[in-house]
Amino acid sequence: MTDVLAIADHRRGKLRDVSYEIATAGRGLADDLGGDLHLVVISGTVDDFAAKLDRDGVDVVHTVSDGEEYNHDIYIQAIEQLTADIDPQYVLVPNSVNGLDYAPALAGRLERPIVTDTIGLESDGETLVATREMYGGKVETTVELEGPAVVTIRGAEWPKAEGTGDAEIRSFDVEIDDAALGSTVNGFEEVAGGDVDIADADVLVSVGRGIDEEENLEIIHDLADALDATVSSSRPIVDNGWLPKNRQVGQSGKVVTPDVYIAIGISGAVQHVAGMKGSETIVAINTDPNAPIMDIADYAIHDDLFDVVPALTEQFQ
Amino acid sequence: MKILVTVSEVATVEDAFEIDGTTIADQYLGADLNEWDDYAVEEAVQLQEADLADEVVTVTIGPEDADQTIRQALAKGADRALRVWDDDLADVGLLDPGTKADLLAAVVDDEQPDLVLSGVQTGDDSFGATGVALADRVGYQWAAVVNHLEHEFADDTASVRRELEGGVEELTDVDLPAVLTIQTGINEPRYASLRGIRQAQRKPLEVQTLDDLGIEGVDSALALTEMYEPESETDVTVWEGGADDTAGDLASLLREKGVAQ
Repeated sequence: MTDVLAIADHRRGKLRDVSYEIATAGRGLADDLGGDLHLVVISGTVDDFAAKLDRDGVDVVHTVSDGEEYNHDIYIQAIEQLTADIDPQYVLVPNSVNGLDYAPALAGRLERPIVTDTIGLESDGETLVATREMYGGKVETTVELEGPAVVTIRGAEWPKAEGTGDAEIRSFDVEIDDAALGSTVNGFEEVAGGDVDIADADVLVSVGRGIDEEENLEIIHDLADALDATVSSSRPIVDNGWLPKNRQVGQSGKVVTPDVYIAIGISGAVQHVAGMKGSETIVAINTDPNAPIMDIADYAIHDDLFDVVPALTEQFQ
Repeated sequence: MKILVTVSEVATVEDAFEIDGTTIADQYLGADLNEWDDYAVEEAVQLQEADLADEVVTVTIGPEDADQTIRQALAKGADRALRVWDDDLADVGLLDPGTKADLLAAVVDDEQPDLVLSGVQTGDDSFGATGVALADRVGYQWAAVVNHLEHEFADDTASVRRELEGGVEELTDVDLPAVLTIQTGINEPRYASLRGIRQAQRKPLEVQTLDDLGIEGVDSALALTEMYEPESETDVTVWEGGADDTAGDLASLLREKGVAQ
């Protein structure tokens, strides 16, 4: 058991970036083990996907043509059967919303342990050493597990595999037990539409949990007006209904890359950082000097936003 | 319909803290009801208020200290609580999702709920895997990262929306019985009323040992071997001084960048 099997992620006809990143993570582990890297792409236009996934370092791309869109029961049955066939030491799954929907059940079927949301991986063949965060990114940890495992990897932690490889593309026939399909996808809906597109803004004044109360948002709007900037936010503000969904920056909201991103009272949970770390200049205003946002900020003020924000607004009036 | 809600007490960490070996030093740690589970409890209580659920039971893996958190869930409207604990569990360092799912599966076998609601993840170890692992062990259907649940269960199915990345939601029907992992924002969790807090003290909270659940010993698949503060990815410039000074520094930077010119 020296091979690695990595599962591609796609949605509505498009491969997601993590599919190329998981090829890099998988190649690294396969090198540790001295084995092959297998990718598998399940459902949809698999031949087209397989051609795109044939990048440097990929040995085999398996295609499973059953199903159109993601269905966890089809994924699990396909991966279970493929795992029985190629016997990989590690099964790598993207730590995406869909990855987290099937990987834990897959681990159960394979009778393997699972470790999720990893940001670094190494193996000596028997012991897997995985790096992952705890406490909302305040600390990093290493955890070890023995033997074959299912592992999910965080997006945007590994570079994308590049180039054109010479992978063998194999169509894999699975027997799908239709009686085991217990859920039906009826459609998709875009929920972050509306009049404002925060992805177009040059300057974002972005507010998080530190604002405490809805009425305090006024100082944020005042600052945005003074700077001729657009207001965006982290998730809790939208969860509370204080700003509409189209203002949310992050994994489940929008990815933004403004010239200047001013993070006010935002701790910098990984889901938020995923949506804004490409900003040209990041300024963080937060009382907590250890907040994860400080790890990606270019400029920081470790002070109370209720003092700093009005003072800043005044500078532009 | 009977609903089981998994409720975790999570460790919270103060802004400034120190690491002691592979844990955060005790004096910097607090405890709270896991944020995601708060939404799961609220969803269950709303289903009960809508006469769609007859009973809401919570289950927690944790020591006696967790009772204060469990009482919070009871004060918000859950009917009774189960707490799984055993001295054997205290000796296991980091409980992996599979081990947690094994313990919860034994409770599901006893309770036979129609619906299990579980937070998407916990705020401390953030595995985000226990709910789906549990579904597989008990042979239930499931959906992960649910941010809307229709309060109507036609043909023994639950109609949900799953929150995918990038502002897209997936509309899915799931056969019951099922486990749904609940995302924040699905509802507005209530604050417990004084009356609720008083009533919670009288609601049943039953402790179950591994023996009670028919489980012989536990062993985590994961060993926590190191903990450290992450290195900063950028060379951050920290502006010091009073708010007027730091606001002035930031204003200069913004003018340099051509903002508001």
